[in-house]
Amino acid sequence: MLAVQILIDGFAISALYALGALGFTLIFGVSGVLNLAHGAILVTSAMVAWYVGTDSGGGAFTGAAAGVAAGVVTAFVTYGLVVRPIQRSKAIPGVERELFVLTGTLLWGVMIQILLADVFTTTPITVEQLVSGTIDIFGVRTAANEVFIAVVSWAVLGLLWLLVNRTPAGRRLLAASINPRALTLVGVELDHVHLLAWGIYGVIAGIAGVLLGSFLGTSSAYIPALTGTAFAIVVLGGLGSVSGTVIAAYVVGYLETLTAYLVSPSWRAVPALILLLAVLYFRPQGILGRR
Amino acid sequence: MKKQLIIAALVLVVVGLVPLTSVSDYITGVLTMVCFYAVFAMSWDLLFGYAGEVNFGPSFLIGVGAYGAGLADADLGLPVAVCIAIGTLAAVLAGLLLAIPALRLRGPYFGLITLVAVLLLQDMIEIFADTTGGEIGLSVPDVLAVSAAVNFYYAFGLMVIAGAILLAVANSPFGLILQAAGQDPVEAQALGFNIVKFKVVAFAISAFFSGLAGAMLVFYLGTASVSAMVDVAVGIQVIIAAVLGGRRTIIGPVLGAAFLVGAGELLRPVGQMSGFIVAALALGVILLVPDGLLGALRGRLRA
Repeated sequence: MLAVQILIDGFAISALYALGALGFTLIFGVSGVLNLAHGAILVTSAMVAWYVGTDSGGGAFTGAAAGVAAGVVTAFVTYGLVVRPIQRSKAIPGVERELFVLTGTLLWGVMIQILLADVFTTTPITVEQLVSGTIDIFGVRTAANEVFIAVVSWAVLGLLWLLVNRTPAGRRLLAASINPRALTLVGVELDHVHLLAWGIYGVIAGIAGVLLGSFLGTSSAYIPALTGTAFAIVVLGGLGSVSGTVIAAYVVGYLETLTAYLVSPSWRAVPALILLLAVLYFRPQGILGRR
Repeated sequence: MKKQLIIAALVLVVVGLVPLTSVSDYITGVLTMVCFYAVFAMSWDLLFGYAGEVNFGPSFLIGVGAYGAGLADADLGLPVAVCIAIGTLAAVLAGLLLAIPALRLRGPYFGLITLVAVLLLQDMIEIFADTTGGEIGLSVPDVLAVSAAVNFYYAFGLMVIAGAILLAVANSPFGLILQAAGQDPVEAQALGFNIVKFKVVAFAISAFFSGLAGAMLVFYLGTASVSAMVDVAVGIQVIIAAVLGGRRTIIGPVLGAAFLVGAGELLRPVGQMSGFIVAALALGVILLVPDGLLGALRGRLRA
């Protein structure tokens, strides 16, 4: 029984982790930006969803929609206010730009974190679940919300795959990640591609944030750990590889669930972090990374 | 350069004399914290400004130094000097163990590892709360000194020595090669330098002073705690101080630390928003004057 429980819980949390890390990978792949404000964007969506849906009594669906919208807005503000100015700055030498984007987005994440604590609340909150009730899976009573989360996460993953591989706009995203200069040579405005990427990123992060808030609950204090987890999953899977990210999310998700059930919930994050260290020692390009 | 050193020395002498005048213990206490943060930020600058590696976990090094020294004192009852030595050594060893694989790689791996290291240390402190005191913190039976002025001189002495050594390192041939490794690793390697070795040594120096300052801070505050020494927020404060002051200057981060600690005190009435204001200022500096306060001053002097 416990084994089935671990299988089900692990599957749901892993799907959510994959979704949570997906945007991070996408932005890195398309524009080479590691957005350390990622956790802050996730929690902003969750907080807004909670505020609109629960605290102001707008209902679960209105709340979720507001949360996703907040994710998109925050993503665009992050790009327009922090990332783009650093990329365009003439005062920052090219080789140091990556360092400055990392530091800049880190500071931006801190600002969001403090603002969220100040505007909303410092106590952990839970976003109202979009579906309620329980479902019986192989004799294990599972919250319907857990199933819903796994389904939505995989649906978004599938949609992103379709978008990237089957639409012209998606192909441009792919091209930008492989050879941005050639893309400008064939007459595509790179700025538009980046805006599209940040928009998609905002939607994905918004959905992930809202689901996260309804599953595990959230608080502004969780932001650094969330950014750390997303970063770790993405490196584990191989920077820039979407399928690697999904595999890594499942490795981390199941490791955490196993540890939480079999050892103790307080040890939950430790094995995954140690695995990450081991990977950096022995296979730094990650599971499916390009070198 | 010489002119700046003379100015810096004059400022140091004046600041060093402050506690001898009849200022309150409060002012002396604030200046003491400035000294500690200055050491953290200078150590960080050696990696960021010179080696071109961003360490998101200065608080890992500070925290290992602090808890190493604190546990040696609280559990083993060793003399304070020995405890500080143990803490410093622990910070250097733990730092190297984590950082060597990441420093071999190009890319964001070092940043990730240092971020993960902080989270791991925080988890460990909470898991082994019986030994470490967990969220409440670990109080130590010994102190550096009872008098605020004497405590200040310990911190001040540490800052002056660390600053002198870090400046000397940064301006030596070693520092030049380190800069080359940070700014054009391919060419630096083509010239025959083993850049990984240089980065590892720079990291060890940085870890040494961060750990040492962290260990001494325990005996100044009388307690080792996550919120004061380990939390990601502490590391971010260090980064803010260094970036505000001006990267690749070593002296700049001291100014940044003074500004940061001073602003923290002055903004106390606005509560948690003070952190927001300081982070926003640092972000503004990054966007508008990436060379920081000192860099901007220097640019003006030259022009």
